[in-house]
Amino acid sequence: MDSVFIYIALAALFGLFMAWGIGANDVANAMATSIGSRAITVKQAILIAAVFEFAGAVLAGGEVTSTIRKGIVDASSLSAEPEVFIYGMLAALLAAGVWLLVASWKGWPVSTTHSIVGAIVGFAVVGIGVDAVAWGKVGGIVASWVASPLIAGILAFLLFNSVQWLILSQPDPLAKAKRYVPFYIFLAGFTMSLVTVFKGLKHLDLELTTAQSYLLAFGIGLVLAIIGKVVINRIEPNRKAEKRNHFFTVERVFAVLMVVTACGMAFAHGSNDVANAIGPVAAVISVAQEGIIGQDSPVSIWILLLGGVGIVVGLATYGVRVIATVGKKITHLTPSRGFAAELAAASTIVVASSTGIPISTTHTLVGAVLGVGMARGISAIDLVVVRRIFLSWVVTIPVGALLSILFFFILRAIFS
Amino acid sequence: MSNYFSKVFGSSPVEPIQNHMEICFQASKKLVALFEHAMAGEWDRVAESREEIVELEREADDLKKQIRAQLSRSLFMPVPRRDLLDLLLVQDRIANFARDVSGLVIGRKMEIPASMQDDFLSYVVRNVDAAKAARKSIRELDELYATGFQGAEAELVISLVEELDRVENDTDAMQVRVRNELFSIEKELPPIDVMFLYRVIELVGEIGDMAERIGRRLELLIAR
Repeated sequence: MDSVFIYIALAALFGLFMAWGIGANDVANAMATSIGSRAITVKQAILIAAVFEFAGAVLAGGEVTSTIRKGIVDASSLSAEPEVFIYGMLAALLAAGVWLLVASWKGWPVSTTHSIVGAIVGFAVVGIGVDAVAWGKVGGIVASWVASPLIAGILAFLLFNSVQWLILSQPDPLAKAKRYVPFYIFLAGFTMSLVTVFKGLKHLDLELTTAQSYLLAFGIGLVLAIIGKVVINRIEPNRKAEKRNHFFTVERVFAVLMVVTACGMAFAHGSNDVANAIGPVAAVISVAQEGIIGQDSPVSIWILLLGGVGIVVGLATYGVRVIATVGKKITHLTPSRGFAAELAAASTIVVASSTGIPISTTHTLVGAVLGVGMARGISAIDLVVVRRIFLSWVVTIPVGALLSILFFFILRAIFS
Repeated sequence: MSNYFSKVFGSSPVEPIQNHMEICFQASKKLVALFEHAMAGEWDRVAESREEIVELEREADDLKKQIRAQLSRSLFMPVPRRDLLDLLLVQDRIANFARDVSGLVIGRKMEIPASMQDDFLSYVVRNVDAAKAARKSIRELDELYATGFQGAEAELVISLVEELDRVENDTDAMQVRVRNELFSIEKELPPIDVMFLYRVIELVGEIGDMAERIGRRLELLIAR
């Protein structure tokens, strides 16, 4: 079957293209707060991003991938002509990829998640029929786009308030930071690994009981906290720098914590956003190989690997430069703030990933940044830009849908 | 290619406001030298000091405009925009009064009566001290932001403001004394010179008053 090979090759190509785009552009937003706060260098950020984006995609990216692959479109009515489904998914990939390319070239705030969901809904409505869209599920996804920044914002607000209360407003913030920061490290490590252990290890054929999962996550958190504690204890006050800023050394303690949350952020981003690229690929491949739509086999690991590789390549070829520019622009964000935003956003995203909900990493992070701002943590936030970012999906969805409809008709004309 | 995420973070007004305070303080500080030269009758050097003050005042003005433009209405900040702009305006008036005083001194070739020179100079120095104390509190502004305007740092700033108030109280007492000294000899002096001497005493006192108002502004920022 020649056409099967062509479909798979095209899907892999388009999927790689989109994963490349995510790595080139989107990753920068996930890593920017870490670099902006000078907690890690650009080089370290790229290394962290490469490792943890990949790990997130492979270990925890499965659930969102299956939502994108078969959760949005109910294609059971299409069993007679599975090609329509294949054209549609290819069109959706191409539409989202092209739209993202244009948007990032123009500097428009566009989310990969919104693009791909809009594109899939678009082709499904036109190519199959209005009833083919699982509107309940889509409604839930759209609701989560409102809820996720909100939740991340509240979490960040609480986190930063606790930092102010426990550390920053104390008479001896350095001693307090050295005491409490390891707990935050534990919290970050525990949350990230718990969600991953619960949902991610399926792909590696590891089945753990609930108690074992908690124990493992607890252990990982503890080990990270101990390593963090050792590093923190080595930090000596820099008297000269402290003359100008009493919090110089305190922030260096938070910088240790931020290395952990930066890893968490990259992991969370990989776990949620890689699905935007490879969900449709997985759909095309399973239909092309077996001719069945909506069957229940889990996403095969090589597809997750493909997405992970795509992101890392995008990061290495183009993302490096974007990360450097974005990081340079975010000044005035200290590690004590950056960590609160990142931990809140990463936790929200990872929980969404584990339940298979595709959400926007950038929106969630912006919500978290606002939360820190509400806690009087950031000297200035530009609300016009924030509003523009949040409103962007109103435009992105119809554009993604229209483009995908266009590509759908073109592909169908070519192949039939 | 531009990235939109970084634009979420507006540029912080804290450091520019601190720089502005520094310039305004420097302008007021030059008044001490200016009066010393005036009392010594070295009018060339008075003119030099005057030039330096005018230059600093202009610098402060430019920076003020720049900060104002930067503080757009769309910014979300831990303190009300209005309060920051008010703070900036009060700071700026320190430089303005310094310029006005220097202008009067050189414009009228003002001679301070010998009997009151010592007290007058200490009065100027004390007002400059008030501006210096205001600068010291404003130097804590970045730390106030770092702590979210609460806790130990807020208490430190409150204590700095109390110190500033003490200095300002001194200037008030000294102003009364200098005025009385002038009053006791005013009949022996040309009346128009006396009028302008009173005016200069008043204007120098404004520097201390502005410094005190900077303290009030800081207290307001913390109180919210």
